[in-house]
Amino acid sequence: MAIWLTKDSKVIVQGMTGSEGMKHTRRMLAAGTTIVGGVNPRKAGQTVRFDDLNPATELPVFASVADAMAETGADVTVIFVPPQFTKGAVIEAIDAGIPLAVVITEGIPVHDTAAFWAYNVAQGERTRIIGPNCPGIASPGASNAGIIPADITGPGRIGLVSKSGTLTYQLMYELRDIGFSTCVGIGGDPVIGTTHIDALAAFQADPETDAIVMIGEIGGDAEERAAEFIKANVTKPVVGYIAGFTAPPGKTMGHAGAIISGSAGTAEAKKAALEAVGVKVGKTPTETARLMREIMSGN
Amino acid sequence: MDLYEYQGRELFERHGLPVLAGGVATTPEEARAIAERLGGRVVVKAQVKVGGRGKAGGVKLAEGADEAVARATDILGMEIKGHTVNKVMLTVTADIAEEYYLSYLLDRANRTFLCIASVAGGMDIEQVAAETPERVAKIPIDANVGVDEAKAREIVAAAKFPADVVEQVVPIAVRLWQAFIAEDATLVEVNPLARTTDGRVLCLDAKVSLDDNAGFRHPDHEALVDKAAVDPLEQRAKEKDLNYVKLDGEVGIIGNGAGLVMSTLDVVAYAGESYGGVKPANFLDIGGGASAAVMANGLEIVLSDPSVRSVFVNVFGGITACDEVANGIVQALALLKERGETVNKPLVVRLDGNNAEAGRAILDAANNPLVERVDTMDGAARRAAELAAAGV
Repeated sequence: MAIWLTKDSKVIVQGMTGSEGMKHTRRMLAAGTTIVGGVNPRKAGQTVRFDDLNPATELPVFASVADAMAETGADVTVIFVPPQFTKGAVIEAIDAGIPLAVVITEGIPVHDTAAFWAYNVAQGERTRIIGPNCPGIASPGASNAGIIPADITGPGRIGLVSKSGTLTYQLMYELRDIGFSTCVGIGGDPVIGTTHIDALAAFQADPETDAIVMIGEIGGDAEERAAEFIKANVTKPVVGYIAGFTAPPGKTMGHAGAIISGSAGTAEAKKAALEAVGVKVGKTPTETARLMREIMSGN
Repeated sequence: MDLYEYQGRELFERHGLPVLAGGVATTPEEARAIAERLGGRVVVKAQVKVGGRGKAGGVKLAEGADEAVARATDILGMEIKGHTVNKVMLTVTADIAEEYYLSYLLDRANRTFLCIASVAGGMDIEQVAAETPERVAKIPIDANVGVDEAKAREIVAAAKFPADVVEQVVPIAVRLWQAFIAEDATLVEVNPLARTTDGRVLCLDAKVSLDDNAGFRHPDHEALVDKAAVDPLEQRAKEKDLNYVKLDGEVGIIGNGAGLVMSTLDVVAYAGESYGGVKPANFLDIGGGASAAVMANGLEIVLSDPSVRSVFVNVFGGITACDEVANGIVQALALLKERGETVNKPLVVRLDGNNAEAGRAILDAANNPLVERVDTMDGAARRAAELAAAGV
C-alpha cells in the first residue's frame, strides 16, 4: 500500500518539456511510474516521445493541470519548472485540486513558498505539497515521483522521511537488503509543505510499514516537534539521524533552512529531544542503519 | 544575507521609514565630511554584524567634526568579537524618551510570517521576552493578505502602544511590512523604535536579512555583498558556482548533496577525536548531477587551502555518476601537475551508488599514489583523519 504514492498513482509532470523535466520523466518512466502526461501551456496539444524506453512511450502535453486531470484522471503532479515560475505552477496545481504535488525545484524565494502554502491552507489543504527543494517520493516497486534513483533498493517494510536527498539515498543503500515501503524527501528549505510529523502519522497508519527512519538536520525546530508527536502518537519503532553537529552558527550549509541562529536549531538539541522520547539516534548514517537493522531482525 | 546597519538604514529610508540623517565612512576624512554635513553632535557607530558593539567601545558620541574624526580613528580597525571594523556610520543624535520594538520575520514553525511588537524595546528585549512574555506581542501575518492600516492598528493595540504615538506607529508598521515584502526580506527589525523627547517616533537601528534565493528579482542586492569580508576561497568557489564554506580544520571535504556533506563533516570530526582532534577544513557540495569539470574545480579549491592536510571525497551517486566524479579527480590532479603545482596531499575517496563500479575502476587504473579508495563512509573518514593527523 505504501503512503501517498502507490502503483495506482497517475502522475503528470509540470515542466516536462524542459531539460530537467525531460531527463527525470524518462527516469521515472523507466522506474515503472505511470506517467500520463505533461503540462506546458505553450506546447499544449503536442506530444513528447521517449523512443529509447522499452516499451517506447509517447506522452501528451496539456495546457493546464486541470486539463490534464480531466483528460487522464491524474492525481499526482511533479513540478520541475524554474524558481521564477514555481509559485504560479503550485497555485495552478492547488486550484485544480490535485491530491499530491511534489515540488522538486530548488532556489525558490521563501516569500513565494510562504505564499503558496498560505494559499493551500486557505483552500482547505486539498493538496498535499511535498517540498520544495526535495528529491520527491518513492514507493519502491510501485511508483516513483521525483528524482530519487529507483535502483538503490526494492520494496520492504521500512518507511523513511528525510530533509536531505543524498542522505536518503545513503540510508536506502545501507538498508537495501531489507527494503522500504515509501521514502519521502521533504526538503531542506525553511518553509516546506509536508513535514516530518505528516510522514510519521502516515507511516504509523500504514499497515505495510513496520518501522520508521527519520533524518533531520540543523535549523528550525521540526525535529523537536516531531519528537513530541512521536511520544503521543507513534507506537512503531523510530530510528533517527541528525546532520550538522559540526556546522558553525550563522553559516548556511547548502540547504537554505540549515542554519543555526542563536541557541535554536542545533543538532545536539534535536538529538536530545528525540532520545528523550525513546528514539534511537545514530552517530553516523551507517550506525543509524545498524540500529534499524537490529529492530527489523527482532534484536 | 544579513545587512550592515548602515545598509538597513538606507533601505528603510528608501521605503519611507523615519530614520536619523547620516552617512557611512571608511576613513576619518570621510567621517569629517559627513559630520560637517550633519552639523553639531553626532554618534559614531562601528559597522559589524555582531551584537555587543556598544559594550566593546564601538559606539561613541562626538561634539562636532574634529571629535568625530578622532572617534572614527579610534573605532576604524577595531576588533569586535573577531570582526574587524572597516566602516563607521555617523548619524545625528536624538533625545530618547521611550524605546519600543517592532519586527517582521519568517515563522518557520507555523509556515507563515510573524510580527513581534513591544513597548519594552531596547537592549534588553530578549530578557523582556524571556521574563515577561506578556509584554511582547506576537501577531501572525497571512502571507497573502499582508499588513494594511487595519492590521497595523491590530498590531499597535496588541502591543499596547501609548495613545499619543499610535498615529505615528501605524504608518511605520505598514511601511516596514512593505519594505519586508518589496525586498524579499526574511527579517526586518527596528530596535529601538524610539519616541524622542519632542514627540517624534524614529527607527534608530535597522536589522535586515535578505533572501539569497530571491536574488533573481533583485539585481541591486548583489551590490550589498561585502566582498572584502568574504573569504577569498569562498569567493573563488562562488565564481565557479560551488557551494563552499571555509572552516578551521585540516581535512578537506568534497561531497554531493547538502545533507550528505554536513553528515561527512560530522563523521570526520568524530573520527578526528581519535587522531589528535583533527577537524573538517571546509564544506563543499558539488551538487546533484556533477560533471568531471565540477569535480575538478572543487578539488582545485580544496587543495589550494594551505590548512588542508588530507582530502576526503565522499560521493553517493544518485543523479551524479561516480565515473564522472572519478574522471574529475584524475583530470584535476593531471591539470595541477601540468601547471607545475605540487600536489602532495593524500586523497581518500569513497564512491557508492550510480556507476560506482566504473568510478572505482577508473581510480584503480589511474593508480595515483596520492589517491586511496576506501569502501565505507565511516572507514574513509577514519583514514582521512589519520592521514591529516600524520601531516604531509
